[in-house]
Amino acid sequence: MSNENKGALGFTKDTPMERFLNGLIIENPTLVLMIGMCPTLAVTTSAINGLTMGLATTFVLALSNAVISLLRKVIPDTVRIPAFIVVIASFVTLVQLVMQAYVPTMYEALGVYIPLIVVNCIIFGRAEAYASKHDVLPSFFDGIGMGLGFTCAITVIGLFRELIGGGTMFNVQILGEGSVVPGPAGYFFSLYQPVRIFIQQAGAFIVLAVLIAIMNQVKFNLEKKGKDTSKFGVGGCCSDLEIKDPHKVKEELLKKEAEEKAKAEEVKEEAKETVAAAAGSGEEENK
Amino acid sequence: MTDTIVGLLSIMITASLVNNVVLSQFLGLCPFLGVSRKTETAFGMGMACVFVISLASLVTNAIYKFILHPLDLSFLQTIVFIMVIAMLVQFVEMFLKKFVVSLYQSLGVYLPLITTNCAVLGVALNNVTNGYSLLESTICGFATAVGFTIAIVILAGIREKIEFNDIPKPFRGMPTVLLASALMAIAFTGFSALR
Repeated sequence: MSNENKGALGFTKDTPMERFLNGLIIENPTLVLMIGMCPTLAVTTSAINGLTMGLATTFVLALSNAVISLLRKVIPDTVRIPAFIVVIASFVTLVQLVMQAYVPTMYEALGVYIPLIVVNCIIFGRAEAYASKHDVLPSFFDGIGMGLGFTCAITVIGLFRELIGGGTMFNVQILGEGSVVPGPAGYFFSLYQPVRIFIQQAGAFIVLAVLIAIMNQVKFNLEKKGKDTSKFGVGGCCSDLEIKDPHKVKEELLKKEAEEKAKAEEVKEEAKETVAAAAGSGEEENK
Repeated sequence: MTDTIVGLLSIMITASLVNNVVLSQFLGLCPFLGVSRKTETAFGMGMACVFVISLASLVTNAIYKFILHPLDLSFLQTIVFIMVIAMLVQFVEMFLKKFVVSLYQSLGVYLPLITTNCAVLGVALNNVTNGYSLLESTICGFATAVGFTIAIVILAGIREKIEFNDIPKPFRGMPTVLLASALMAIAFTGFSALR
């Protein structure tokens, strides 16, 4: 097997297994590529919300990937974006109706964020980057892998926020008053005071900030070892946010200012020269 | 008469400050984090949003009221709304390019970015769930976009200030911006007393 055919973790490229692991680990959409941040922040107030949202997204992602891959030779290139949107929106409507019928409490809890799966950049990104260029089976497993990667990430974020902010895990009281843990450990746990801010809006931003900082540190460590980190980092819609050294930024700014000053002075000198020349020619004419 | 005015005012305050679209509903985070490097561009993005979201709220609500609801097709709202919004943005861009060149030059860059802004679809869907009338939903869309503009301009101002600060290396870039927005979110929860 040549090296070019090797995909994630040494599996052959574009096989179902490779695609699955690629989405789950190597190109995890939330933790590595950092796309689809709106639902990540909005629905992770509890682990169960995160899990439901993740599974709904996985369903849409896998099926829309498969259908788009089936239709990739039929859809003309110029109208592919509206066509993709219609396919994705149909599956989202399907999920919405099913959830409304069978899990109405979750439907109420997630609210507007279920129809908003349509504008999740993970789904559109995978349709554009992978499904529109590859066969049905790998596209389907690509969707499942990416979706489960997303599910794991937001469930874990939800778990942390729920535990710190409310002392519960999947609605079971672990920390704080009324802890279900028995014995002296339970007494110790019940002394915990929940930090309410973590299940409020600000908590989402704080948790995500710390998470990205950790990923940045992992990236720096990998770079030190000389590994390829080009896939890491803030991608998708927030791509203008590269990491900059503040000292360098300041130096660059000062340099620019100095250059502008020098330019302005040059212009002044030129203007003086022309004035002098004009005056000189005027004198000559007078003579 | 006074009742309607008070109602509209309360919708405006709720949509722009209390339920701020970015800081409390997490909609439109991508432009919020992506286009907030400079105050001028942030303001331009905000103005483009005001324009598009107000228009989109009006159009989508009209479509829901006069086509989808009477025909009992309201389950199609997600598909119809996203298509309408995408077309509307394209149409607005072409219209401005042809007839209002000065406005196009100031807002043009931001218009294609707005299709990916989930705030537009979010507001349209919320208007339907809340059962707003045409006027109410336009006002709600307008106020939501104003709230977005307030948030993004404040964040851009903060980012311009903290650009030269010596922050620990892993926290540079995105994490600092997110922490700044977290503090803003805490500040904005103070507005909930207005309700």
